[in-house]
Amino acid sequence: MGESVLPGEAPVEQSAASHLTDPVFLEDLRRQMLKFAVLQLDNEAQAEDAVQEALIGALKNVASFERKAALKTWVFAILKHKITDLLRYQQRWVDVEKQSDLADDEALPSVFDTRGFWHQEDRPNRWAQPVEAIDDAHFWRVFEVCLEDLPPAQGRVFMMREFIELDSDEICQSVDISASNLHVLLHRARLRLRRCLEEHWFCEEVAS
Amino acid sequence: MMNCEQATRLMSDGRERDLSLRERAAIKIHTLMCDGCSNFNAQIHDISQISRRYAKEREGQEDQANTGPKGDGTPG
Repeated sequence: MGESVLPGEAPVEQSAASHLTDPVFLEDLRRQMLKFAVLQLDNEAQAEDAVQEALIGALKNVASFERKAALKTWVFAILKHKITDLLRYQQRWVDVEKQSDLADDEALPSVFDTRGFWHQEDRPNRWAQPVEAIDDAHFWRVFEVCLEDLPPAQGRVFMMREFIELDSDEICQSVDISASNLHVLLHRARLRLRRCLEEHWFCEEVAS
Repeated sequence: MMNCEQATRLMSDGRERDLSLRERAAIKIHTLMCDGCSNFNAQIHDISQISRRYAKEREGQEDQANTGPKGDGTPG
């Protein structure tokens, strides 16, 4: 599993061990990991467990890491694998369909008129330089806010799809929904996310 | 002709499964006449790239996080 994921840096003796025994560093790292895990698992207890296990795994092999960055990359890689396993194998982990936004009026942003065409104010504008936004730290805060704004089931399948890069079949299996339900959720998530990003980030970059 | 809701749905589905020739043709025709959906199609691709980058950064960003934003946060 995660233990096989090693970053390319040349391992140097010792000092990572001291990072992991530094309570401030450790607490900070744990908090970041937990946020990451909760976002994807939507279950605090499971997220805590996954983080705990990932940290224990890291401590066992910590001697080979020198730089904090390398250590963190590696710890997060372990965590990501644990989350993936949980998502894949704990099928009862969430009943997306039951708490689904499929029946939720809010779920489909009312961006279309009754005939199914864009409302004037909701019609997507062209995004200027979407790729360059990636280099702006402020953009990531906007992105996070937009993600958290997704209804839970939409957010979860979206992250499984686009963050963890599971394919549709795997997602359908692990959350026990049909492909067409998944596609509905992803469509809605994308509509919502793009609207949020355009409203809060790309709005001033409209290219005519 | 398809409406925008159907067109965006097909575009989204296109990231999940192979579309038929007919479906692809329908999208093509729709986007020729609809800038909004054409932009949507580009944006879901951008969002996918952005998301993957985000997931990557979450794993290893923390050392950079302290350096603060590179820009001033003002788009454009």
